[in-house]
Formats: sequence, C-alpha cells, structure tokens
Amino acid sequence: MDAIAKATRQPVRMRGRSYVAFTFCPVVPLAGWLEEIDATLARSPGFFVGKPVVLDLSAVDLSQSAIAHLVTSLEQRNIRVLGVEGVDADRVTTSMPPLLTGGRHCILVQNEPKKPETKPKPASLVLESPVRSGQSIFSEGDVTVLGSVGSGAEIVAGGSIHVYGALRGRAIAGFSGNSAARIFCQKIEAELLAIDGYYQTAEEIDVALRNRPAQAWLEGDVMKIAPLN
Amino acid sequence: MAKVLVVTSGKGGVGKTTSTAALGAALAQMGEKVVVIDFDVGLRNLDLVMGAERRVVFDLINVVQGVAKLSQALIRDKRLENLWLLPASQTRDKDALTDEGVGRIIAELRAKFDWILCDSPAGIERGAMLAMRYADEAVIVTNPEVSSVRDSDRIIGMLDSKTVKAERGERVEKHILITRYDSARASRGEMLSIDDILEILATPLLGIIPESQDVLRASNVGSPVTLNNAASAPARAYTDAVRRLMGEIVNMTVPVERKRLMNRLLGRRAA
Repeated sequence: MDAIAKATRQPVRMRGRSYVAFTFCPVVPLAGWLEEIDATLARSPGFFVGKPVVLDLSAVDLSQSAIAHLVTSLEQRNIRVLGVEGVDADRVTTSMPPLLTGGRHCILVQNEPKKPETKPKPASLVLESPVRSGQSIFSEGDVTVLGSVGSGAEIVAGGSIHVYGALRGRAIAGFSGNSAARIFCQKIEAELLAIDGYYQTAEEIDVALRNRPAQAWLEGDVMKIAPLN
Repeated sequence: MAKVLVVTSGKGGVGKTTSTAALGAALAQMGEKVVVIDFDVGLRNLDLVMGAERRVVFDLINVVQGVAKLSQALIRDKRLENLWLLPASQTRDKDALTDEGVGRIIAELRAKFDWILCDSPAGIERGAMLAMRYADEAVIVTNPEVSSVRDSDRIIGMLDSKTVKAERGERVEKHILITRYDSARASRGEMLSIDDILEILATPLLGIIPESQDVLRASNVGSPVTLNNAASAPARAYTDAVRRLMGEIVNMTVPVERKRLMNRLLGRRAA
C-alpha cells in the first residue's frame, strides 16, 4: 500500500516583542549636531557599537534627500539606524529605514563593567591553645597553632598552616587554590595533609617521618613532605 | 564557696559513675558537704553504685519540671551524713532536661553544699552538655587507650567552648583522671603510657586509678569504693586525687595491690 505523505500546513507564528533603542533627536544646524556625535565617539569609540538607534526628526524639518544624507553620515560613523520617527510618511523612501510610531520613553540602565575590587589580604589566625578533637578551624589566611592539633580535629586555611606542637588531625592548606601554601609542624602524626586539593592520608606518609618536625609543600602536582632538621 | 565539678569523659564505660561516687564519698569523709547528681536520665546508675536505689522517690526531672521540691528529691547517704544524692529519672530521656531548669537547681544547690558533683552521661548530646554547662571544674575520666583519649580530647574542647564559664571568657579548671590503669600491661607496652596520654591531652593529671577487682566488688554491694574498702589500691588512689582537688600537693604514685604476692601464693588453694 502506498502512502503519500501530505504536506502538513505550517501556520505562520507571529509574536509581538519590544526592544529598547537609543533615540537621536538631531537639531539644526545638522553639521554642528554631527560634530557632537563625533566628540562622543572620540571619548568612547565603542559607545554605539551593536546598539540600535532610532532617529527622531520631529525637531527638524528635513527634505527626503537631507534625511538620506543624515542616515548615510551616521552609517559612516558605524551607527546603524533602525528606524525613523516624527516625520511624514512621504519623506521616507523604501531604501531608508522604516517609519516607526508609538515609541515610549524608558530609563536606560547602563551596565558598566565594575572595576575588580582589590580584596584586602586575608588576616592570619593565631590560636594560643591546643585544637581539640572534633574542633574545626577555618581561616581565609594563614593559621598558626601554639599547641597540638588533636586526632579528629581539622584546620582549613586559605594560606599556610603552622603547628607548634604535634599535628595529629587534618590540615588542609591553600584550599582556595593557593598552591604555594605549606604545612609546618613540630611533630607529624597527621591523619591527612592537603594543599590546594592534593592530599596524602596517614597511610601514605612515610613512616620514617613520623614524630619528627616536618613541612609539606607542592611541587607541581606532587606533595612533598620533608623533615625540618 | 560552692564548687560545681563535672565528671565526664565522652566515651562510655570508662568509670565516670564509679569515680563520681568514689570522689564524692572521699570528699564527704574529709568533712565537706557533698551532693552527687546523676545526669544520665533514662539510664541511671549512680543510685545503684551509691546503694540508694531503694530510696528513690523523686528525681532530677521532677525537680526540673517543678513537680517536686529539691529537698524532696535529695537522698541522704546512710553511711556519711554530709553526702547526698540527686538521682536521675529512669523512665524519661535527656530531652526532659532544660538548660533553665538545670541552672536553677545548680544555683539552689550552691547555697547548701560545698561540692556539687555532676555525673555526666556518655556522649556529647544534651545530657552531657547540660551536666557540664554550669561546671567550675571538670574531671575528665580517661582509660589508657586511644579511643578513650581521643574522646576526652573532644570533651576538653567542649568544656572550653560550651560551658557558661567559657562563654563568659573564663576557664573551667580541668583535671585528667586515668582509670583502669594496669601497670603490668603498661610496662609491656600494651597500653598507652601516662606520658603519652598527658602529652595528647595537655591537661594536668589528677590521679591514676589502678585496674582492680575492688571497684567491681564495691559497686556490686552498692558502696563507693572509697567507703567499701578504704585500704584498697583504688580507694587510696581516689583519696589522693581528692586531696589534690582540695589543693594539697600529693606525690603522684600508682598505688598497687598490697597483698598481690600473698594472693598469688594462696589464690589457688581456695579455687
């Protein structure tokens, strides 16, 4: 059995949509007005790039050829005219931008690129007592502990970690992508050492290092641990 | 000036209740007016160790909820007239305790007693938190093994942050009490040494209680070990610890069983 597929009719879908455009209101003399545009362009050359512009000619009385000349002058300055308003329909030819009506005012929100704020350097944190099991210390900067860090305790620092005592818990340094951060301790018995996401657990730390003063740092993507003396 | 002392540990089964009873009785024997409070609501034991389980009428929860007056719930010890017990409820759970209610009871007891000993439940939940909440001093009971030491470390951290004193910027005075210490096993390296424990916990030592059958024997007859057999090694160790609590300077020794040799010679005959 032959089946002939009937071409299904595709209804044309039309929807209304509104856009925001700059409106230029040229004034006489036109040469002077164009100079103003040039001055604006000299200050910020990319100001009108990619922005649709509508010409509001209600303040001036221009002939058909004068309108055509104005549109071309703007095009030479890389300003594309989307439409014309405030002028009789017979002044606008088909080669010119179409006549627009019913424009409404709106407030333009300028999205200027914000200057990157210079962040103050994070303050370092000094703890004068031991860090007990179950405690979690968090600092954007360096952390210094005058005492031990208990098994089951955790120190998370954006910078380096210094422990003047035994490090038995977890030390996570440079968590915010600081690969130059280091971990120093008087006695290394850590459960886990991590710098910038690279970590070693107690099992992987060399037994010969245990109970000695040590430091850990990153060399490329390898964590190195070495005794301090 | 009344002192509130919490006996705590984090881990269960290390000897908090035994130690609370022994320390409380030893303090009372020295003439101090002492109350021991059981905070282990729902799993009370202190009444058994103190031998007062048949005289419990009202309990801590009744007082917290205002059902009974404090004077109705306090049980006086039969052997020591200045030793009192405030038992826990066995039928309720720790959620029945309120911060405000416990604070009110402690404040009331401060006016009447020299020492208020709070026997903390194991864990770090509501019961344990409220037991330590109003403490001036803390005895952290630790066994010479890693799990107990780590839990003690956690509790010390909480004593430094979650108590009323800590929140006021003051310090809870902390003491380590090592219990179930077996010097023979320690010398063979089968247990953590005292030095290792103190190095990890960085807290002063109050005493070392040897592992002993006397402790079990005493709790089975419902008597604090310091009352049941004052000459036994653990009783002497607890008494020394109490003297240190009172500010005396006592040499730190590990008491041993005096009759060990005789026991060894004669022990078999009875069997």
